Amino acid sequence: MSRLEALIGAPTEASALSGRATLFDILGMAIYALRGNWMRSTLTALGVIIGIAAVIIMVSVGQGTQARLDETMARLGSNRIEVMPNFGQSRGVRMGAESSFSLTTRDAQAIRQRIPGATYVSGMIRGGTQVIAAEQNWSTQWNGVEADYFIVNDWKLARGDTFSDADYRGAATHAIIGETVREKLFGDSDPVGTMIRVGRVPFTVIGEVAPKGESGWGGDMDDVIFVPLETARRRLMGQLEMPPGTLMRITVGTSTADDLPEVESALNDLLRELHKIEPGGEDDFRVRNLTELVGARTETTRLMSMLLAAVATISLIVGGIGIMNIMLVSVTERIREIGLRMAIGATPGDIQKQFLAEAMLISLGGGVIGIAIGVGGAMLASRYGSLPIELNLQVILLATGFAVATGLFFGYYPAQKAARLDPIEALRQ
Amino acid sequence: MSPVIELNTISKVYAAGTAAEVVALDQVSARILRGEFVAIVGPSGSGKSTLMNIIGCLDTPSSGSYRCSGVDVADLDASARAELRRTQIGFVFQGFHLLPRMTALENVALPLTYVGVPKAQRRERAARALQAVGLADRAEHRPNELSGGQQQRVAIARALINRPAILLADEPTGALDSHTGEEILALFEQLRIAGHTVILITHDPAVADHADRTLQIHDGHLVEVESKEGA
Repeated sequence: MSRLEALIGAPTEASALSGRATLFDILGMAIYALRGNWMRSTLTALGVIIGIAAVIIMVSVGQGTQARLDETMARLGSNRIEVMPNFGQSRGVRMGAESSFSLTTRDAQAIRQRIPGATYVSGMIRGGTQVIAAEQNWSTQWNGVEADYFIVNDWKLARGDTFSDADYRGAATHAIIGETVREKLFGDSDPVGTMIRVGRVPFTVIGEVAPKGESGWGGDMDDVIFVPLETARRRLMGQLEMPPGTLMRITVGTSTADDLPEVESALNDLLRELHKIEPGGEDDFRVRNLTELVGARTETTRLMSMLLAAVATISLIVGGIGIMNIMLVSVTERIREIGLRMAIGATPGDIQKQFLAEAMLISLGGGVIGIAIGVGGAMLASRYGSLPIELNLQVILLATGFAVATGLFFGYYPAQKAARLDPIEALRQ
Repeated sequence: MSPVIELNTISKVYAAGTAAEVVALDQVSARILRGEFVAIVGPSGSGKSTLMNIIGCLDTPSSGSYRCSGVDVADLDASARAELRRTQIGFVFQGFHLLPRMTALENVALPLTYVGVPKAQRRERAARALQAVGLADRAEHRPNELSGGQQQRVAIARALINRPAILLADEPTGALDSHTGEEILALFEQLRIAGHTVILITHDPAVADHADRTLQIHDGHLVEVESKEGA
């Protein structure tokens, strides 16, 4: 105690003590307090962790699915209507075989002639078979199509040529193959001009279509061979016993999406007329609009997003209430500390900021952990649940914003309570 | 010299108007000049702690007026009173009021935080203050690892870290051995010489003898004012 002189000096003028605790200092105090009770701080943040993880997964899966759908729409061609035979049941009895063969070339022809909005029309039949090239063989699907098919479905050529009119008319044994088939049969070499056998029939490969990748339903769209419709009918359909002129599908394309509803209703009327279906009788065909199909998927995605949004909102509210609860306990526990801080000159504002900073840091910390878990979860969902995800900075900033807002909102009342304490009462505890 | 503390017929009544009404201070008037060393003496329950809280701008009187450094405290809101405390007053509380989760050094440095002293300087100045009270080797200890006397010295170092114009000390030698107590009282006398106003609250007349002047409080009345000769 011999160096007490060090404490002695002229009193400091009030003006020299006019500085204030900086926001940085107050954050430092908050971190100090939270570190002293890190277990409690972490548990308090749990609700926010779950909420923010849910927000991240929700938004990344939602955006990813939307992006995938948009891409699929673009790839499949959106101004498209499919007409298929109706395989449904009628009056409890599986309809006869002829109902599967209800569509014919005559229908396709009538659509071309009588529906002005049907810009592109292609009949199609298909089947599965082995294809063989030299030593390689591969089991794939063949599609017998007409020229419009490539336009409506947005298939582009990567190599070679498309079918000529003569090919269609003369039922030439020419084939255009998809990327997967080319890889399986030819590896990386150019297949154009090569002979392959489709089933037992030899064909010449005249082209390869550009890859489309996975379809929206998980299948490989590139695992396919195209041949002219007539060729398919005469050379490949042998094993499928179908009446002459039968089509398995008619693909109709319109110039704009706006024409779709009108063309769709015209199709229904025309086919009912051609198939002589009585008013009230059941259609022996089905008309499917791709936009509706994608719409249904969008709806599913939207429902899933809403569910996750509900989980996220509830977690954030529950997490926020947890923070509020712990902060109220903390204010009561540290009432002497608050009194002392006030006695040495902390203003109510300083105290309020300190407790707000603590609440905000708890939820921000929870947010950061939640983001890590959310990003990890989204990646797992994409890897093992084959859900498309899209992670971007906006999502992460949004989640951080939610976390901070939760802390500030639910920390406000406890902080206000601390700031309003009477220093005398607080010191007396 | 101008009065730094000016109490005019101050009363403090708790639970006014009820059966439990307690008059802690009754019509107390006093003037303490800048640079005076004054002891307020009284038995426990006499109202001396209430008086200290009012002088320290922690509490407000029920009636009467109090001017601290010329400012009427009744006109100040909680923030302005906090500013007055921050810039003018250092407290040594009877119960020390050290923050249990902080080290001795951090406790001493705390008032510096609220006047915006940068962290490195805070630690350096707090270390010097601890050294001055003989606790350099206890800087990183928490209050529960310190003896009562050591805690009291930490509290004194904290009260003096900003060299406040007014030092309010409630039984500052209560936990100290008589030798250390004498040293602290000698320190207060030196502070007074350096220009500080020192107000010492004690029940011990021997401690009060170190002051220039003693105000005696009894049952809420300031009953006697005695001055040292020549002061």
